Amino acid sequence: MDYKAVVIGSSAGGLDALRALLTRINRSFSLPIVIVQHLSPLSDNYLSNYLDNLSDLRVKEVEEKERIEPGIAYIAPPNYHVLIEENRTFALTVDEKVNYARPSVDVLFESAAYVYRSSLIGIVLTGANNDGSKGLKIIKQYGGLAIVQDPKTAYVDTMPRSAMETVKVDHVLNLEEIADFLNKLRGEV
Amino acid sequence: MRDNQDIYEEIRNIEIRLLLEAIYQRYGYDFRNYSFAHLKRRIVHRLSSMGLKSVSQLQHYVLHDHDTIQQVLMDLSINVTEMFRDPSFYKKVREEVIPILKTYPYFKIWHAGCATGEEVYSMAIILKEEGLYDRAQIYATDFNQKVIKKAKEGIYSIENIKQYTTNYQKAGGKESFSNYYTAHYDSVIMDESLKNNILFADHNLVTDGIFSEVNMIICRNVLIYFERDLQDHAIKTFLDSLLPGGILCLGSKETLQFSKYYPNFNQIDAKEKIYRKKYTIPE
Repeated sequence: MDYKAVVIGSSAGGLDALRALLTRINRSFSLPIVIVQHLSPLSDNYLSNYLDNLSDLRVKEVEEKERIEPGIAYIAPPNYHVLIEENRTFALTVDEKVNYARPSVDVLFESAAYVYRSSLIGIVLTGANNDGSKGLKIIKQYGGLAIVQDPKTAYVDTMPRSAMETVKVDHVLNLEEIADFLNKLRGEV
Repeated sequence: MRDNQDIYEEIRNIEIRLLLEAIYQRYGYDFRNYSFAHLKRRIVHRLSSMGLKSVSQLQHYVLHDHDTIQQVLMDLSINVTEMFRDPSFYKKVREEVIPILKTYPYFKIWHAGCATGEEVYSMAIILKEEGLYDRAQIYATDFNQKVIKKAKEGIYSIENIKQYTTNYQKAGGKESFSNYYTAHYDSVIMDESLKNNILFADHNLVTDGIFSEVNMIICRNVLIYFERDLQDHAIKTFLDSLLPGGILCLGSKETLQFSKYYPNFNQIDAKEKIYRKKYTIPE
């Protein structure tokens, strides 16, 4: 299967999880990664700078209408939902919160599923709510791949458990295994 | 490989474009150059709440049923806003823009795409506290008449007040935020004195031109919903509406940088997206 993009959702405990995951991904990784991490609406772009400094991969905050490039990890800005357009650019919105969250994992996952369909990988990591479950279900409906962080290894297991209850997931893996899995993919762009 | 999902999605995208065309031809609201991903999300959610199977079915109701088109217009317009949204922006307005406004004996401010009006009242409060309110004429416009009505009423849910109060304080508020509203059961009503110099009106950034000649335009988190060409169209309208030296304020993720009209502006604050129209227009 040729995958074209990876979307990741994380909440409580996500900072450490994303660091553990992204720092293990090879520099040669050739798919775009789009990440929603729940943050305070008043936070700045600290998270993307922090992860960019630690990772081989380039990590940056999503910009409005930016073209999605391979091998870059994009982080949703605080207080904006991130959507993906048919022409593989980003759209930002200030629509209502979803699951009490903006950015919401579900919003990203749903919109990415419409565009990437069966060539999308969705990953739900640690978190203390249900965001991401519905979105992961849509990814599966469109023939994409669903991966969930092993709840036993999650800082807070609510979000991965909820995803596993909602979706028949393809893989339940710890963070190291998720990184290994991604590193083995040969992306087509 | 093209599987059924690809074909299904391709057809659905065609149906959405036809729906937008139908709304435009029948009602004159032009969403054809809005962010497609945004429209699609809203339309798909409308389908599921009406229990419809296809966008074509929705199109039938949109064309023939008054309640459905009203509902869809609400879905497609941008109605989410808050008092002193992005407090750091309002702080910067106090620091950088108010001193400019203070040099004018009389000035006009246009809030384009004001939605339910929270940011209009926020600005009115700042003008009051800076002793400038009586010199100001404020225009607040939106294409959606329902939200304009709500903005005019200035009645908001009390559950958001705690957040608004925090925002107000972070934005450099000088009084107690509760001075500006009266609580009434589950609602708050904004103080009448804030409304005196505000004119609420119907204006569509996509299909209408210059609203008035003004000294300052505030249009935050509206352009992100537009495709690039439509963004430029709106920016041209702003450029033509602003007097020389006029101020343009955009949302924190919006920028003039990619607009062909960028050379007509100076940047006052890069982070808060505050710009000033040049006195002389470059060749």
